Amino acid sequence: MQLTKDEEDILAGESGAAKQKAMEILVALGEIYEAEKLVPIESAQIAGVSYKTIGEAGLEYLTELNGTVAVPTMLNPMGMDRNKWGQMGIDETFVEKQLSIITRYELLGIDAQCTCTPYYVNAPRYGAHISWAESSAVAYANSVLGARTNREGGPSALAAALVGKTPDYGYHRDENRIPNISVRTDFHLSGSDFGALGYAVGKMVKSRVPQFSFLAPPNADELKALGAAMAATGSVALFSTEKQTMPREVLEIDRSDVDVYSSDEPEVVVLGCPHCSRSELAEIAHLLDGRKVVIPLWICTSRFVAGRSSSLISRIEASGACVICDTCMIVSPAFEKRTMMVNSGKALEYGPSMCNSATFMGTTAGCIAAACGA
Amino acid sequence: MLKRFKGRIIAQGIGEGPAVVTRQSLSFLGGVDPRQGIIKDPQHELHGTSIAGTVFAFPEGKGSTVGSYVLYQLKRNNKAPAAIINTLSETIVAVGAIISDIPLIDRLEVDPFAAINPGSHVLVNCIDGFIEVET
Repeated sequence: MQLTKDEEDILAGESGAAKQKAMEILVALGEIYEAEKLVPIESAQIAGVSYKTIGEAGLEYLTELNGTVAVPTMLNPMGMDRNKWGQMGIDETFVEKQLSIITRYELLGIDAQCTCTPYYVNAPRYGAHISWAESSAVAYANSVLGARTNREGGPSALAAALVGKTPDYGYHRDENRIPNISVRTDFHLSGSDFGALGYAVGKMVKSRVPQFSFLAPPNADELKALGAAMAATGSVALFSTEKQTMPREVLEIDRSDVDVYSSDEPEVVVLGCPHCSRSELAEIAHLLDGRKVVIPLWICTSRFVAGRSSSLISRIEASGACVICDTCMIVSPAFEKRTMMVNSGKALEYGPSMCNSATFMGTTAGCIAAACGA
Repeated sequence: MLKRFKGRIIAQGIGEGPAVVTRQSLSFLGGVDPRQGIIKDPQHELHGTSIAGTVFAFPEGKGSTVGSYVLYQLKRNNKAPAAIINTLSETIVAVGAIISDIPLIDRLEVDPFAAINPGSHVLVNCIDGFIEVET
């Protein structure tokens, strides 16, 4: 890999130990994946934030790391709402560890907004190189916004944030952004059906770049659900819904492939994986108007979106449901070992493995109905 | 007798120790006890084996990227491998080795699992890019 003079200087330690280590990481990844150079990034987003996921190992690493990020950087969800942790039943030891992690990230100059939908806060420009770690945000940024990022791990995104650059390989390069499998659906899909579709298709296409043809174009929330689920059951980082020449290899999807809904008895219902947009909060508020929940209903969103949705949140919470920020059902210990109903293909995939929770999926309306005892 | 094989340097440094060798890939998160340096994944053929102070040869890492931090924790607890040999490194182990100052080499000119007998003493030189196996 060719380094500039400035990059060589960082590698030699002239910008401090943290940036030197970060540069060593970027150079090693560049060598492994045969990049020819580093490219400047516009933003970074770091996974490995919840104490539940990174534990003592991550906390110890962060505690000894000094430095300042070179580009705007946000965090993935942590293990609790920073205000409502008591209501979530989070124990105080966890709270203390979790807040230490957040403090360490803040000391690195990171904006401690904890969300899997950083694009609602600060959307990358079309064509911008970024280093994002949250797999659903990677899929959205690449596929819906036209930005360029690989599926980073927490530590590699942190290294890129410190240096402000990333090795030029994978989805940063044109030749790897060409769809290579067609996915055809010839039946009507709406809302959470796209999460169900992604759940099925991710398993089939694994790390390929699918190009979809639909009867009607999906909206942004539906594309978010589709990408999130494919990134969870496969390792999809990029997909296309544009009408262009379809790749020759075709995957035909039947309605039966997408039939993942079931109607067990949940102990808890959790929506907002990925974090709800304002339009999703509006749909939930509409479905809840005039109703009362009888099974705990939690709705996850970002503090940014919540800050612009006070009326919607009041309507939702009038039902007895609770809107939480900074966290989600997968990375919080609050939802472990409980039969969980979700409207997300991604949460359906991770609920059993990450929370030890029997997890089943319904439509958004089905989830609300279940929570209201209907 | 010493047998020397060239490879690609991923993380710099020099380390030596008895070889622990497996053809199975490994998730450090959940797969290795960070306090003891013992492989605790019950599905792994080396379940129960200590990797502390060894030259640990395995194909590649897998699983969560938090595994990088587990390597760091092993190092802090003096339970890290003295060096790592991979067939082809990936992000998790590469990043973990770099932040933990554990020498890591990959793409050896020979199949490491054929060239290295378990327990034989191995030097990993990630300054000049080779390993030496005592036979």
